[in-house]
Amino acid sequence: MAGLLVVQGLTKRFGGLVAVNALDLVVAEHAIHSVIGPNGAGKTTLFNCVTGFYQPEEGRILFRGEPIEGLRPDRICRLGITRTYQNIRLFANMTARQNVLLGQHVHLRSTWVGAIVASRFTRQEELQAHREAERLLAFVGLRGKGGVLARNLPYGDQRRLEVARALATRPVFLLLDEPTAGMNPRETHDMMDFIRRLRDDLGITIGLIEHQMRVVMTISDRVTVLDYGTKISEGTPREVQGDPRVIEAYLGSRRASGGDR
Amino acid sequence: MRSSSPTLRAALVAAYVVGTGALVAAVPRSLPAFLLFMASMLLVYRLEVPPRFRAAAVFAILVVIMPVVGTSNTFYLEVATQVGIFVALALGLNIVVGLAGLLDLGYVAFYAVGAYAWAIFGSPQALKIWPAATAIFPLPGWWFFPFLLVAVALAALTGVLLGLPVLRVRGDYLAIVTLGFGEVIRVLANNLDKPVNITNGPIGITPVGRPPLFFAPVVARLGVSTEPAFLYPLYFYFLVMVIVLVVILVTQRFKDSHIGRAWEAIREDEAAAVAMGIPLVPMKLLAFAAGASFAGAMGALFGAKQLFINPESFTFMESIGVLAMVILGGMGSIPGAILGASAVTILNLQVLKQLSLTLNAWKSAGVSILGFNLADLPTQLEPAKYERMVFGVILIAMMIFRQQGILPSARRRMEIEEARAAAAEQVVTGGSS
Repeated sequence: MAGLLVVQGLTKRFGGLVAVNALDLVVAEHAIHSVIGPNGAGKTTLFNCVTGFYQPEEGRILFRGEPIEGLRPDRICRLGITRTYQNIRLFANMTARQNVLLGQHVHLRSTWVGAIVASRFTRQEELQAHREAERLLAFVGLRGKGGVLARNLPYGDQRRLEVARALATRPVFLLLDEPTAGMNPRETHDMMDFIRRLRDDLGITIGLIEHQMRVVMTISDRVTVLDYGTKISEGTPREVQGDPRVIEAYLGSRRASGGDR
Repeated sequence: MRSSSPTLRAALVAAYVVGTGALVAAVPRSLPAFLLFMASMLLVYRLEVPPRFRAAAVFAILVVIMPVVGTSNTFYLEVATQVGIFVALALGLNIVVGLAGLLDLGYVAFYAVGAYAWAIFGSPQALKIWPAATAIFPLPGWWFFPFLLVAVALAALTGVLLGLPVLRVRGDYLAIVTLGFGEVIRVLANNLDKPVNITNGPIGITPVGRPPLFFAPVVARLGVSTEPAFLYPLYFYFLVMVIVLVVILVTQRFKDSHIGRAWEAIREDEAAAVAMGIPLVPMKLLAFAAGASFAGAMGALFGAKQLFINPESFTFMESIGVLAMVILGGMGSIPGAILGASAVTILNLQVLKQLSLTLNAWKSAGVSILGFNLADLPTQLEPAKYERMVFGVILIAMMIFRQQGILPSARRRMEIEEARAAAAEQVVTGGSS
């Protein structure tokens, strides 16, 4: 299996702390690949390394066979990897529509000269971008809300808008960082359906960080379990669920932290 | 007002414009009359009138009434020209600070670059650099026009050169570096008279060349005086208006384009913007270059208008003044920057001076208010000297009572209105859980 994304021996340290430790990971094309693990296991750090926000100390990251480690985030976005954030990071004071338009930036060919003289090409491209924005807003269920400031959207809509913005970059590989965080069961269910649609209808490979086990076990094709930055288990949801090391990591970490909750 | 018809509103505006215009023409020395007349611009902007009428009204105010009024009182024309210059500066800084969110405290440096670019080559100063080139320098006046473009290009280039090393730092640090840069340019201007005399140091450069009155024959045929002292103020007024028009157009186009969106996204959340594929450095450099280029053009014009420039015109306080205009009007807002620049310039040039004059007149006349004889006021109390203080008080009041500025951008306005609506809703529903 070649894999859309191949991570080899990835290590990321923060001072003395090893956040990700010699990690190997292969994400197959068109998969929904979940990364789970206790808090501080290095899941988000892994995402940050893949999207270019952190420079890993060691290891390689290959996307479609090309090394991408060390590239700037905007370059990586152009290659087709986009993400959403655990704590939503929309452009809060821009409208929903502008957020989605912004996501299309990488595909716009207009130059600053075109913008100043408002060339026919620029105007048509802009019109096209607006149409595409409306389409994407409708796709995520935000039809008619394009004019609302992102900050004023309800929480669930903000999550959807963040996905719409990510989709606007036309990603090949979409990283979702806890997309159901803070959602009620109904919203969570909708989000699961939605993630499946992204894969099935749009053919996007999904990388997923998720804490709700029900979500992970239902929609994932493959699950990677991290603990203290190290991969401790990997396989289908069923395989991972039965792995004693996983149970140990989850229960063990609770014991270690003094049995929280 | 909202319920009245557009035609009625249009008629109202027309009446106001004509009325105040006539008033200013009738009493050319009256400051209130002039302020009322200037307010007509605001009225035209704020009232919902047909766009065509709006354009016609602006044309009438700026192209017909203002110059006519200006011929009877050239000081007004000078004020209007200064307002225009500062409008362009405020719009330029508005791109950098308001749209891209890059706090620039040395903006006036670009103004200086533009001014010196033309002043050096359009005056005998160039001969001090190349003494042999008497056949070429000083460049004839018509070179002023190509040099407008040269000034734009030089200022934009300076903006990029400043930007390249500086853009790695963010927020407060960027502000400090730009502050330093502004001072560096001023100090360079002050000291580049040795070993090669480039800027003539603190003495400054004079006389700076002026664009020729190529239209004088036409004007003469129309029966208007061709006296340069009469024509030049009008000439510069119109030149400034043309540049301001271009600047407004360019700013608006940028703002509505993918570039403007990218700037706003960078301002909102830099990391998220990069994650969405916005290349940070080119976008920030573009903001710096665009903002700087407006200042460059106005700098060249400023030198020609004043006939004289020296480093004193490009101090840190000038940068702060332009920044205050942007903040006062509403960051990111084009009408805001225009209003901010107009209000501050008129306040500085006219209102405070007028207050000083009036106060002095009252003092010498021995007028007393509430039993206090104004003649007993200390002589130091002169409003014109308290320009910066008045300014500071206004800014403090703005930040407390109206943070978004006088004319905030549509987006900012929406933001605040929606927040208010949400708060009201919560009161009505008794507050959600």
